[in-house]
Amino acid sequence: MAAQLAPEPAKVDPMHQFTVEPMFGSAGWEAAGFNIAFTNSAMWMVIAAVVLWMFMLGGMKRQLVPGRWQMAVESFTGFIDNLVEANIGKEGKKYVPYVFSLFMFILFANLLGLMPLGLVGVHPFTFTSHFTVTGVLAIMSFAIVLIVGFWKHGLHFFSLFVPKGTPLVMAIIIAPIEFISFLFRPFSLALRLFVAMMAGHVLLEVLSSFVISGWGAGLGFGVLVGIPSFVLMIAICALEILVSGIQAYVFALLTSLYINDAEHLH
Amino acid sequence: MPQIAQLPEIWSSQLFWLLIIFGLVYVVVGKTMLPKVMDTVGQRDSQIASDLAAAQAARDAADEQEAAWRARENANRAAAQGVVAEAKAKAASATETRLKTAQVSIDAMSAEAEARIEVARNEAAVEIETVAAEAAQDITARLAGVKVTKTAAAAAVKKAMAHG
Repeated sequence: MAAQLAPEPAKVDPMHQFTVEPMFGSAGWEAAGFNIAFTNSAMWMVIAAVVLWMFMLGGMKRQLVPGRWQMAVESFTGFIDNLVEANIGKEGKKYVPYVFSLFMFILFANLLGLMPLGLVGVHPFTFTSHFTVTGVLAIMSFAIVLIVGFWKHGLHFFSLFVPKGTPLVMAIIIAPIEFISFLFRPFSLALRLFVAMMAGHVLLEVLSSFVISGWGAGLGFGVLVGIPSFVLMIAICALEILVSGIQAYVFALLTSLYINDAEHLH
Repeated sequence: MPQIAQLPEIWSSQLFWLLIIFGLVYVVVGKTMLPKVMDTVGQRDSQIASDLAAAQAARDAADEQEAAWRARENANRAAAQGVVAEAKAKAASATETRLKTAQVSIDAMSAEAEARIEVARNEAAVEIETVAAEAAQDITARLAGVKVTKTAAAAAVKKAMAHG
C-alpha cells in the first residue's frame, strides 16, 4: 500500500534552491582539516560584498550638494547612525561601522537573493537563508555584547539579569528567567532572519511550481491555478522585498539594543 | 532541507568564507568608506550651521542698526518739536506784548477823546443854557413886556431843562 501511495518525485523541488555546491572544483579545499570549499554561498557573499562596495563608492564623491546616488548612500548611513544613536546614545558611535556593515551586508544579501537572475541563467543564492550564516552573524553580535559587557562592568554585568527595583524574593525567580532569555538572544536573532528568508523563497518556489504544473496540466488548470498563482507570486515578491529590508533592519536594531544593554546594563 | 542535511559538510566553509568576506566588508565598507561618508555629512551639517549662524548674526546686526537709527530719528524728531514749540511760544509772547501796548495806547486815546467829548458837551450845555436864557429873556420882553433879569431867566431855563 505504502509503495503505491508514495508520491512521484516532484518536478520542482522547493528546497533545491538552498543546496550548497562547491564551485570551480574547489570541493577538496581544506584548511587545518576543515573543508573550506568555495561554494555558491561564498560566491554570493562575494557578490553582495562587491555590490555593496560599488554602492558605497557612489557615496564617496564627497560633494557639498549631493547627487542622487550620494544622497542614497548618505540616507543609509544617516539611518543607521540615527538608529544607533537612538538606542545606545553617544557611546554608540564606535559601533556604527559594525551595525552598518551588518545591516547593509544582510540587506544586499536578501535583495540579491530575490533578483530574477534565473531569466539569464544565473541562479541567485540567498546565503541569509542558511542558519550557518545567520548563526555566525548572531554569535558575532552576541560576542560583542558579552565582551563589551564584561570589559566595561566586569562581574557587575550579571546585574543585567535583575531588573532595577526588583524585590529580593522576586529577583530569585526573575534572574534565571532573564538569564535564559538572554541566552536565547543569539538563537532568536539567527533563526528570525533564516526562517523569514527561507519561508519567502520556499513560498515563491512552491507558487512557481503551481504555475508550471498548472499550465502543464492543460489550459483549464493553467487559467484556474496558474494565473492566480502567478498573480500571487508577484504580490509576494513585493512582500519579500519588504521583508528583506525589515529583517535586515530588525537584525541591526536588535544588535544595537543588545549592545545598549552591555553599555548601560539597564 | 539542505541547511540541515548538508550541515556536516558545509558548516566549516560557510563559517570560513563568511568571516573573511564579512571581515572585508567591515574593514573596507564599515571602517574606511563609512567614516568618509559620515564626515561629508558632518561637514555639510556644520557648513549649514555656520551659514545659518552668519545669517543670524547679520540679521542681528541689521536689527541693531535699525534700532540705533530709530533712536536717532526719535531724538531728532523730539528736538525739532522742541524747536517748533519754542518758536511758537516766543511768537505768542511777542504778539501778546504788542497787543498789550496797542491796547494801552488805544485806551489812553479813547479816554482822552471821552474827556474831550465831556468837556465839549459841558461847554455846549452851558452855551445852550445861556442862549436859552437870553431867548427866554427876549421872548418875555417882547410878548409880555416884562423885563426878566438874567438870573431869573437862567433859573427858569434850568428848571425847564431839568424837567426835560
